[in-house]
Amino acid sequence: MPITPSIKRDYLVNLAKQGKRADGREFNEYRKIEIETGVISKAEGSAKVKIGNTQVLAGIKMDIGEPYPDTPNEGVMMTAAELIPLASPDFEAGPPDKKSIELARVVDRGIRESKIVDVEKLCIVPREKVWMIFIDIHILDYDGNLFDAASLAALAALETTKVPIESERFKSLLKKLQEKFPTIEKYLNDHPKDFSLPLSEPPISCTSVKFNDVIAMDPSLDEEEIAETRLTVATDKNGHIRAMQKGLSGSFTKEEIKKVIKASIDNGKKIREKLYKSVGK
Amino acid sequence: MTTETRKIVIPSQLLGDIEHKKAGKGAFVENGKIYSELLGVLNDNSDYISVTPLKGRYDPVERDLVIGVVEEAMSSSWLVDINAAYPALLHVNEVPWDVEFGETDRYLNQGDSIMAKVLQVDQEKKLQITLKDYNLFKIKGGYILDVEPTKVPRIIGKKGSMISLLKNYTKCRIFVGQNGRVWIDGNDEGVQKVIDTIKVIENEALSYGLTDRIEKLLKKDAKDVQ
Amino acid sequence: MKPEVKLFENGKRLDGRKPHDLRKIKIEVGVLHRAEGSCYLEWGGNKVIAAVYGPREAVPRHTQNPLKAIVNARYNMAAFSVDDRKRPGPDRRSTEISKVISEALAHVILVERFPRASIDVSIEILDAEAGTRCAGITAAAIALVDAGIPMKDIPVACAAGKIEGQIVLDLGKEEDNLGDADLPVAISPRTGEVLLLQMDGHLTQEEFEKAFDLAVKGCHTVSELQKKAILEKYGSMPEAE
Repeated sequence: MPITPSIKRDYLVNLAKQGKRADGREFNEYRKIEIETGVISKAEGSAKVKIGNTQVLAGIKMDIGEPYPDTPNEGVMMTAAELIPLASPDFEAGPPDKKSIELARVVDRGIRESKIVDVEKLCIVPREKVWMIFIDIHILDYDGNLFDAASLAALAALETTKVPIESERFKSLLKKLQEKFPTIEKYLNDHPKDFSLPLSEPPISCTSVKFNDVIAMDPSLDEEEIAETRLTVATDKNGHIRAMQKGLSGSFTKEEIKKVIKASIDNGKKIREKLYKSVGK
Repeated sequence: MTTETRKIVIPSQLLGDIEHKKAGKGAFVENGKIYSELLGVLNDNSDYISVTPLKGRYDPVERDLVIGVVEEAMSSSWLVDINAAYPALLHVNEVPWDVEFGETDRYLNQGDSIMAKVLQVDQEKKLQITLKDYNLFKIKGGYILDVEPTKVPRIIGKKGSMISLLKNYTKCRIFVGQNGRVWIDGNDEGVQKVIDTIKVIENEALSYGLTDRIEKLLKKDAKDVQ
Repeated sequence: MKPEVKLFENGKRLDGRKPHDLRKIKIEVGVLHRAEGSCYLEWGGNKVIAAVYGPREAVPRHTQNPLKAIVNARYNMAAFSVDDRKRPGPDRRSTEISKVISEALAHVILVERFPRASIDVSIEILDAEAGTRCAGITAAAIALVDAGIPMKDIPVACAAGKIEGQIVLDLGKEEDNLGDADLPVAISPRTGEVLLLQMDGHLTQEEFEKAFDLAVKGCHTVSELQKKAILEKYGSMPEAE
């Protein structure tokens, strides 16, 4: 890990005291967000998101498999994130480390707990066969704020995913399974064409960091390097809180948390509009 | 007005042959022919051919002035990041203070920045730097800007012309490290102006008449402020 | 039962190409902010991104070579890059491909300039459609140039193969799956030296020569595209007003 020169830290803190950020943004302002969907032909859904220079690619792959024993009539969803060496001089090749695991789990929870995907509608044969959704997040360029870029990429990919029931691959698989599970015939009749995932309105995650009593939203790489603590808040279209995650060892006061929540709701609205525009809603 | 542009060459490009010229830095010889080994600007002189790289890590040369960031304070030396392929060693004998064994962190700690000089580069590229010279010091305050090492000559300018311009118009102290780091100290506006201007210099490093254009730019801003 | 797939119809291949046609290639140089050199490349249905970090001190210490830099190329396929999702992480195939690519690149990089260092090349296959290792090396070479790494040449790769008895250039997906031979080749275009050579399938000596020559010809065509892309990015410099 390269050492952040203390001069850089002092400079950012000094600027912050005067109400300024190094790149001229307001403290609650996001960098430019770009969303592109359908970028990977082999994936059932995909999206590339850029927030400033941070670039994240999310791909959705689908399969048919067994449900979890405690949710026998629900589809299965799994999220994985790779901090590949491509994205930063500090990312090492190898099994996922704490950071990539935390990233994957936070993105996963944001999607799972807020029930964006109606997994009950992804049941093919109760207790036996369900649709499986694999969300794979590939970080391409790390310049701060992976949480928001990754969550947004996963959402945009899900919004444009088509369950490829008409494809040769799944048609033949389902026909084969029909021999063992005759109810699949009805399922195929009910779903003759490729269909979109059953989705509800997504909560948008917004991440802020705190350094020297200053709170900055959508931290740049430099701001992340000097951050004492970090808070991610996911809010829905009604301004309700759907997920929260605090990271790093510093602390927040209650007032600070309330401020962050308000800013997250405001930015969440803007980002949701952008998301819908990019997926054509 | 000149419409000349500098010629850009790429690795493996044939530049000449050793019958007529010698191969300088950035070029190699194979079977009597001279080829470029880099993406860079071609310098085709009367007796040698060389290529100035457009990109690449800082390659330390003895006596270079560099801005380093202390990575680790060890018992009788410090490990310093100077933006090269390797970290540099600063020995207690090479600093202006009397440092006791194990007390290195009282003088320089992780995250501190220093204006140093490259003392030695050996065959294995092991690097040593020194703080023992009148113009070397521990840096306090200001801002350190990272630039591409290959653009440093342009930022300094012929006989320091570019850097003098910047200093005069912004009233900032500016030190340029050969290793692609620039230290700027002054009032906030001045510092920001230096940062912005250097970015322009970086982007247009290869064009002609840059010094004049930068002077015009700085003059114009000064007038606007008044 | 799957219907018999004909790979040739009226002298044209499944995607409409003639036997010696290359798939469409698109190249973008310097696409990443953090990496010191990078390249995004599309080759037919392949989408590849390559990034270079270094030279930097090799870690762990015991891997350092006191005489030269070690070249670490890492070839990796994204989970979503293939029809059946691939479990993330290196498998034996990626490990082998990483090794042969590292060796190919090490031959042209002036590694003696950087003792004890490593040059780390990351090749990510984002969308796969036959010939990923050729696309990978080709992109990695451009990323190395973009990073300012001194090299004797810009390596390039291309494959040829045999389908239904005929030698063709640059196999597409079905051709790779149903064909009789696949021969990826990487060369140093300036000297013609072969840096990477692998073959699987069945070729007579004569067929091998034909396929090899065809692959090398393909390499030279792609090499021109590499050079064009690099010069397009860096060649035209802003002129004085």
